Amino acid sequence: MEKLLAWIDDRFPLTKVWEEHASKYYAPKNFNFWYYFGILATVMLVLQIFTGIFLTMHYKPDTALAFASVEYIMRDVSWGWLIRYLHSTGSSFFFIVVYLHMYRALLYGSHRQPRELLWIIGVVIFIALMAEAFMGYLLPWGNMSYWGAQVIISLFDAIPFVGPALAEWIRGDFVVGDATLNRFFAFHVIAVPLVLVVLVFVHIVALHKVGSNNPDGIEIKKKKDANGIPLDGIPFHPYYTVKDLVGVIVFLMVFSAVVFFAPELGGWFLEHDNFVPANILQTPPEIVPLWYFTPFYSILRATNTDLVLALRGIVVLAALVALFKARGLSRLVALGMAGALLAALFMLDAKVWGVLLMVGSLLLFFFLPWLDRSPAKSIRYRGWMYKLALAVLVLSFFILGYLGTRPAAGPNLIIAQVCTLLYFAFFLFMPWYTSIDKTRPVPERVTK
Amino acid sequence: MSEGVDRDKRRFLTLLTSGVGAVGAGFAATPFVLSMTPSARAKAAGAPVEVDISKLTPGQLHTEEWRGKPVWILRRTPEMLQSLPALDKQLADPASTVIDQQPAYAQNPTRSIKPEVLVVVGICTHLGCSPIKKLEAGSDAILGDDWSGGFFCPCHGSKFDLAGRVYKNVPAPTNLVVPPHMFLSDTRIVIGEDKKGGA
Repeated sequence: MEKLLAWIDDRFPLTKVWEEHASKYYAPKNFNFWYYFGILATVMLVLQIFTGIFLTMHYKPDTALAFASVEYIMRDVSWGWLIRYLHSTGSSFFFIVVYLHMYRALLYGSHRQPRELLWIIGVVIFIALMAEAFMGYLLPWGNMSYWGAQVIISLFDAIPFVGPALAEWIRGDFVVGDATLNRFFAFHVIAVPLVLVVLVFVHIVALHKVGSNNPDGIEIKKKKDANGIPLDGIPFHPYYTVKDLVGVIVFLMVFSAVVFFAPELGGWFLEHDNFVPANILQTPPEIVPLWYFTPFYSILRATNTDLVLALRGIVVLAALVALFKARGLSRLVALGMAGALLAALFMLDAKVWGVLLMVGSLLLFFFLPWLDRSPAKSIRYRGWMYKLALAVLVLSFFILGYLGTRPAAGPNLIIAQVCTLLYFAFFLFMPWYTSIDKTRPVPERVTK
Repeated sequence: MSEGVDRDKRRFLTLLTSGVGAVGAGFAATPFVLSMTPSARAKAAGAPVEVDISKLTPGQLHTEEWRGKPVWILRRTPEMLQSLPALDKQLADPASTVIDQQPAYAQNPTRSIKPEVLVVVGICTHLGCSPIKKLEAGSDAILGDDWSGGFFCPCHGSKFDLAGRVYKNVPAPTNLVVPPHMFLSDTRIVIGEDKKGGA
């Protein structure tokens, strides 16, 4: 056995890789519950790819056959129902896990220096995952699949000048049709999964370069023993491989329970309207994306001329503050930016702004490492302002998510608009509230 | 080792190679990008459709499929037509000034060739949902007590009147599209073609 290993090691750095990434990869010893979600996201990725491969053996990407082929999988293919439900319920669980994984970063400052690039790769993974889920949802060719795709592809129409041509290029036809279904199939089963796997690999390489953060937000590499091993670190294998295994098993229990007893979760994981074949003449009474998109969808719908009017007011106010508070060059820059923004707010109509705000609500995540000015990374040592801001973000995210599933009129619309502004406030006011927030001193070593 | 190396020449050659490579990559990408545009078959589909409206009673709406889109043909009652001018103040573009949204012959108060017959594409100008028909005037659970009849988009709450004109302060920026169409006789309409030819 040892001879074989030596033979391999001469030709491939097997032992080296194993040591670098597992047996001698030192992770902080104080990981808690929130540190399960990375491995769980990996498990979900593998499960989605695995079940997806088996689904493609029976699925037909053709508008005339797609819907029936999915029903065929559900009814006639041996165990087809299980594989399909693992995949469709799996996508929702994937998003649950990824959202919790991202929330963990916000709790403990895992996006902060030196992990900016790790965080950026993660946000790219999140966006790729959204694209993957969106294209996968068209494949069953249900009525919600069809109209959901119709609405989202129409977003590109809003881009000035090139919009309509771009939307046509994405659809491959003047409307969502066979060409669209076929290409979404290609993207969903090969192009985006390949990108995702590569990105996840890069994400882990970046993580192992900078080392894991921890609930105290302390760099364990700063305190090392004589052998250069972090005092607060323990080898990933066997300590965390075993811990993660327990987490994975518990998670799979919960996941299986949902797959077996409530795979559609009352319409939250698979919408009722999607059990009707696509009908190009009949929009479902409510076009609602799946829950993991509804917060962003809500932002899109909340943007009407009233909100644009409110935004104009806010920009003018911000400009006034800059006029009195800022000095010299930064005042000029601030005023110039306010002027440009104001001009854009007058020139582009609410439809374009809806798309811009929705895209912006995602892109802002990229800037988080630089928006956050707090001396403490972990929420344990931050003051009340960040805690309040994070609570407001989570609350408005949930409210937006819920409102995204309800008709957009009356009080719902106004609440969605308020939550949209609060969502953006979390990011845009962050440099201000994190720099004046009173933090507690961060300890030298990790705590229990 | 690097003695006698002409650095300028090396840099020039590196840049030249990269440049030629980039141009080559651009050419190589072109067929793949263009392969995703609508195919010849997709372009050929979309012939005009002929509709018999003799059985359409006043107040009734018929949906026809044209180029994969729903086209509504609504025979409006005199009351419906009377309600239109009163709405002007609540509308974003009551006089149909956005010229892309209708052919010139439908740029009039009723947005139609014959006042009573409305032909519009039933796709919301916001994000492409198909609005639901709320033709009856009166009170409505979603639209309030003084609804004058029209169309309501369930996706994002846009409202249109019985001439497909968009209300103010809704997400949809423009009126519903009136497709090119013409009357072959009093009871026959062609959608997708007018006196100027095909659309």
